[in-house]
Amino acid sequence: MNDLWDGLVQAGWLVITLDPELVEITLRSLQVTLTALVIACFIAFPVAALLSVRRFRLRRLVIAVLNALMGLPPVVVGLIVYVLLSRSGPFGVLGLLFTPTAMIIAQVIIIVPLIASIAHQSLRDLWAQYHDLLISMNATQGQRIRALLWDARRALLTAALAGFGRAIGEVGAIMIVGGNIDNATRVLTTAIALETGRGDFALALGLGFVLIGLAVAVNLAIHRLGRTEVEGRW
Amino acid sequence: MIRLLVAMVFACVGAVAQAETMRLAVTTSFHNSGLSDVLLPAIERDTGLEVQLLVVGTGQAIRLGEAGDVDAILVHSRAAEDAFVANGFGTHRREIMYNDFVLVGPREDPAGISASESAVVALERIASTRVPFVSRGDDSGTHKMELSLWAASDASIDEGWYREVGAGMGAALNTAAGLGAYILSDRASWLNFGNKDGMELLYSGDPVLFNQYAYLPVSAARHAHVKADAAATLEDWLTSATAQALIDDYRIAGEQLFVFNAQPRDE
Repeated sequence: MNDLWDGLVQAGWLVITLDPELVEITLRSLQVTLTALVIACFIAFPVAALLSVRRFRLRRLVIAVLNALMGLPPVVVGLIVYVLLSRSGPFGVLGLLFTPTAMIIAQVIIIVPLIASIAHQSLRDLWAQYHDLLISMNATQGQRIRALLWDARRALLTAALAGFGRAIGEVGAIMIVGGNIDNATRVLTTAIALETGRGDFALALGLGFVLIGLAVAVNLAIHRLGRTEVEGRW
Repeated sequence: MIRLLVAMVFACVGAVAQAETMRLAVTTSFHNSGLSDVLLPAIERDTGLEVQLLVVGTGQAIRLGEAGDVDAILVHSRAAEDAFVANGFGTHRREIMYNDFVLVGPREDPAGISASESAVVALERIASTRVPFVSRGDDSGTHKMELSLWAASDASIDEGWYREVGAGMGAALNTAAGLGAYILSDRASWLNFGNKDGMELLYSGDPVLFNQYAYLPVSAARHAHVKADAAATLEDWLTSATAQALIDDYRIAGEQLFVFNAQPRDE
């Protein structure tokens, strides 16, 4: 209990004094996760729309695999990306291992199935409503996908926020591919793991509370910008 | 949105393209001791070199060196180091400093190891009383030291009391504190550990517990991209009088943690 209280005090202190190290790792957390999120959305949304609009033979299989991959263990993703990016691996010449780029790649792989699966759920329902209309208007496939994506934007926002939540709190993969290097690849979650290892629970908890606060703040900010839950705007 | 994306891409690229950096894989014990926080700023000030630390166990540090993912390694496991050089992954091995291993356990010392005549006897007492013992189990230098001590003893290990956690020194110490178990730790990590809850240093001083740290640059002959110059600069600094003063003067709670013992270059 004492540790929890100390952690809260530490968190408050770190935030009030704008501890430069805290600011740095927090910004890096945001930079990595938001970049990964934007890239993942650009991949996942079209895939989800295509899966709703097109009927092809392996569609069910693709959907089942996507759903299953929602539970992809980050540690395994981290290990695979690590082996691929290692100097002795196939993409070793790029020298990406232990850089923020490697962390972004791992997080994209982790959250694409999650975002695509959630987005597909709602797009499929919407497609059931729009099907007859869009077909009768003789809309092309591109137009259908665009109409679906635009009209489902609220649901897509939820999907993106789910992806953000998974990525910002993720530690297993980015610890492996990032290496938790001070001033280079240390982010909030890996710093928490480090301080726990040093037995400094108060600081670890403090960082943890900052992380939770950050996740809440980003969600609130996106809701505010998008004016979700406000009648008549969407 | 697009502007944001572009800004972030630039931020990523900017973070990668920095002044001269090199990557050094070090053992958790070196980093958890806090010594790296003292040495790294001094290295940057004196040589302009930004050393990026990858804090891992000795086993993984050696793997990183073999794959060419780091420019040099600083580890403590003689046999693995010699194999690393013999197989051509490292150019040579340079001893830098040493500290020692200690046995830590519950303050009441249920196995009575504090009066043991040697480290091996202490472990045999733990085995015969079957008090829980936490092992790193991660192929680190500390783990290898522990295994060699068990191998030298008559004790038989069984999972009833012997717990392998497969984690770094700090995490293993946390586990031992939670279980009320004995554990082998390096002195530096123990002194710098924040969660000593009911634990005490119970046995130390046996010469077999001597823990030598060595610096091994990764061979540029095998991995052409390795920053051999930076690794050589770092080696010169680590064996310099400046490093000696910083290492010998580093103290936690009044105790000296590391003893500098690098020899002048003998070529």
